[in-house]
Amino acid sequence: MNMIKVNRLKCAYCGACIGVCRFDANELIETWVEINDKCTECMACVRICPVGALEVENEN
Amino acid sequence: MKTDYDVIVIGAGPGGSMAARKCAEEGLDVLLIEKRQEIGSPVRCAEGVSKKGLQKFVNPQKKWIAAEIRGAKIYSPDGTEIVMSEEMAGSEVGYVLERKIFDRYLARLSARAGAEVLVKTRATGFERENDIMKVKMVHFGEQIDYTAKIIIGADGVESKVGRWAGIDTTLKLSEVESCVQYLLSGIELDPEYCLFYLGNNVAPGGYVWVFPKGEREANVGIGVLGSRVDRRPKEYLDEFIKKSYPGGKPVEMVVGGVPVKGEIETAVSDNVMLVGDAARHTDPITGGGIINAMEAGVYAGEVAGIAVEKGDYSAQTLSLYDDKWKSTIGKTIARNAILKDKFVTFTDDQLNSLAKALEGVKLEDLGVTELIRRIITKNPKLLWDIKDLFLKAR
Repeated sequence: MNMIKVNRLKCAYCGACIGVCRFDANELIETWVEINDKCTECMACVRICPVGALEVENEN
Repeated sequence: MKTDYDVIVIGAGPGGSMAARKCAEEGLDVLLIEKRQEIGSPVRCAEGVSKKGLQKFVNPQKKWIAAEIRGAKIYSPDGTEIVMSEEMAGSEVGYVLERKIFDRYLARLSARAGAEVLVKTRATGFERENDIMKVKMVHFGEQIDYTAKIIIGADGVESKVGRWAGIDTTLKLSEVESCVQYLLSGIELDPEYCLFYLGNNVAPGGYVWVFPKGEREANVGIGVLGSRVDRRPKEYLDEFIKKSYPGGKPVEMVVGGVPVKGEIETAVSDNVMLVGDAARHTDPITGGGIINAMEAGVYAGEVAGIAVEKGDYSAQTLSLYDDKWKSTIGKTIARNAILKDKFVTFTDDQLNSLAKALEGVKLEDLGVTELIRRIITKNPKLLWDIKDLFLKAR
């Protein structure tokens, strides 16, 4: 199974990824982004991230 | 501790603080909450504002003005320069702000007017009960539940308030600019001019900006349209800086998503109004959002006052807020969204030919409207189908 992961060392918690999420699957909590199980891996957040902090990770 | 308010404003940026201040001035019990521990930080902004726009709402203070600007220079891909400048002696047309201090100042004005303020306080949801909103919040790790007749969502590009209220403001990739900026120190520049660089190899569907913040410092940043991102904006910007300001030293990095969606259908729902970035109030051409957010905040505060007086917080009553922002800032937002959709399709050759039309022409008005009017007059072909939007008197 694939999952979107946040690289916290790159993330500048700007919130762009939340603005483009159609599924209400992420949230910016103070200084970190959390992704919940509503995520469909549509990749919108991965594409918009200005610094490439979101990555697809294979769980297997 | 007071837990029942007329209005709870979520988010203490310029839009939220102005809304809270107006609510307090209208005599309402208002609480302004900010999820971060510091209002104004981290900055997500290039910090440029027009002087006239700002002065409608606040008296300029030295402590939050980093630079005064007299003009702008726009560069097309082949280096053709368009100069826009205010010729009248001694007048500056814009400011580059110090947002960290500016945002705090606005929050302080709202507090002085009577608003309560809570930082490190995040809204996590709300429920409507007998026409009153029960707002769930986490304050310094502790769950607190307050009530409000009206919620003003000024919670930025990552807005949740709109979603909770059933207002869809999701940004398509073609409706958001992916942005990165450095505060570059130790560079040579004219401290009175803002610079803009266009081009499909410079910033696809966006631009690179240089906004001076003093003698040898500037915000140097980039916005790339989400649907045109092939490489990270950071890579484009690093390339630009290597070429144009090789000695510059970054002393701050700023990252952000700027909505360029245009006018949303409605920014209200029962008991809820959205303000600023949360309502996608940014200008789709310039990306500027501070003044629009402040103006919308004032309108939201006014309408909250009317609604509380009437004891009616329905979407129908609050739609007066839609009327107010749509008939003012909304007009420019809607028009510039059409211009933006056109602009992002231009090839480098087309951008060059537009710039050539204005090469050497003295432009004394810094607005987009005047710039586009002049381009249409000189070289109408490329903008023919949208010319009426700009040539008709407004």
